[in-house]
Amino acid sequence: MWKWLHPYAKTQNAYQLCERLLPWFVVSAFISFTLGMVWGLLFAPSDYQQGDSFRIIYIHVPSAILSMGAYSAMAISAFIGLVWQVRTAFMAMIALAPIGAVVTFIALFTGAAWGKPMWGTWWVWDARLTSELILLFLYLGVISLYASFEDKQQAGKAAGVMAIVGVVNLPIIHFSVEWWNTLHQGASITKFDKPSVAPDMLWPLLISILGLALVMAAIFIRRLQNEILRRELHRPWVQALVAEAKGK
Amino acid sequence: MSMALKAVFERDLALAYRQRSELMQPMMFFILVISLFPLGIGPNPETLQKVGPGVIWVAAILSSLLGMERLFKDDYNDGSLEQIMLSATPLPLVVLVKVLAHWLTSIVPLLLLSPLLALFLNLTEPMYWALLSTLLLGTPLLSLVGAIAVGLTLGLNRGGVLLALLLLPVFIPLLIFATAAVEAASLQLPYSAQLAIIGAMLLISLALAPFAIAYALRVSQN
Repeated sequence: MWKWLHPYAKTQNAYQLCERLLPWFVVSAFISFTLGMVWGLLFAPSDYQQGDSFRIIYIHVPSAILSMGAYSAMAISAFIGLVWQVRTAFMAMIALAPIGAVVTFIALFTGAAWGKPMWGTWWVWDARLTSELILLFLYLGVISLYASFEDKQQAGKAAGVMAIVGVVNLPIIHFSVEWWNTLHQGASITKFDKPSVAPDMLWPLLISILGLALVMAAIFIRRLQNEILRRELHRPWVQALVAEAKGK
Repeated sequence: MSMALKAVFERDLALAYRQRSELMQPMMFFILVISLFPLGIGPNPETLQKVGPGVIWVAAILSSLLGMERLFKDDYNDGSLEQIMLSATPLPLVVLVKVLAHWLTSIVPLLLLSPLLALFLNLTEPMYWALLSTLLLGTPLLSLVGAIAVGLTLGLNRGGVLLALLLLPVFIPLLIFATAAVEAASLQLPYSAQLAIIGAMLLISLALAPFAIAYALRVSQN
């Protein structure tokens, strides 16, 4: 596998791979995200207790799950970058960070909007809300550390170390706040044997998760390409690309 | 090798001793922040006792952040850090010794102040002992994890605020377990479980942090 992956450490190859993958991701993201949203927000049955306001679940749960997923992806690429000295991995890391931060913010915002009618308050210092908030802080820390360096090579390494420190800490934070205070309902769809969500609601939810993941992947691919171009401006292949684009 | 480590340790202690006024500043900050709280939330003894442990811990974290930059900054500026990195002594060991010296000179004085602060905030005696043991176990953790971020922000001119931004979220579990221990003590409950968790976090960071700090310094030194 290493032999197969190694060429993509070169930015030019990574860029071209992105170029090839992007249309697939855009199309599948469009289809699944639209399907998930329309099915979830318009056609799925409403909850017998929470009425229609539960429908925000189709945005809240995907963004909450993927905020953590994006952080792990970010930390994994930081790890790859630090261990094997792959420059592209740092670019991937920093391309992911703002996406993850935004998704975390969406999860917090929809959670607050859902909490108001259900719990009667915008914000409680509940375990999951708190750990999501801390996750947002961790993202912002990585982004601001990266932004403070002039030399982006150094910035990538520094932000990578911080991302890994965060990922070691994340489970500790999660369990510490869990023991500290809990009001949030338990996870509903990770219980594999018997999900506590009705199938009519579960399917649109799963599709929404997939849809948001694909949307994030598509944005990530584009951001990675931009990052590569910005960092490699002096390379001949980028200049050829620019000249070609100007010629059109 | 141990000679070199001893020399680094003694040098750091001597340097700290000759900059006593600089060491005083975080301590004064610590006392000042704590005395703001009774003024801000009212002098009612029960309220103070309730918020006391959390307030002392938050103030301890903030004032340890203040003194944290001293850890490598001077060595970085005058080039001695580079010499240390070039020497044959393994860098993780050297940074461990430096963190230890820093903890002794700038955190232990804060611990010595803690009885006074416990009086200020009306903590009971069992609460104070719990507070002291969490501080004893927890502050080395602050220094070790903090040193990673100090190493990373070393080359930056305006590292101070960034340091706080990076570190405060990371310190949250420590704050939670430490205050939980003191709260348990205030209810006459055993709090060894919380201490054990803080101890476990300390041991993990003791094993891993020196390598991360050494790597961070290498990144900063480029």
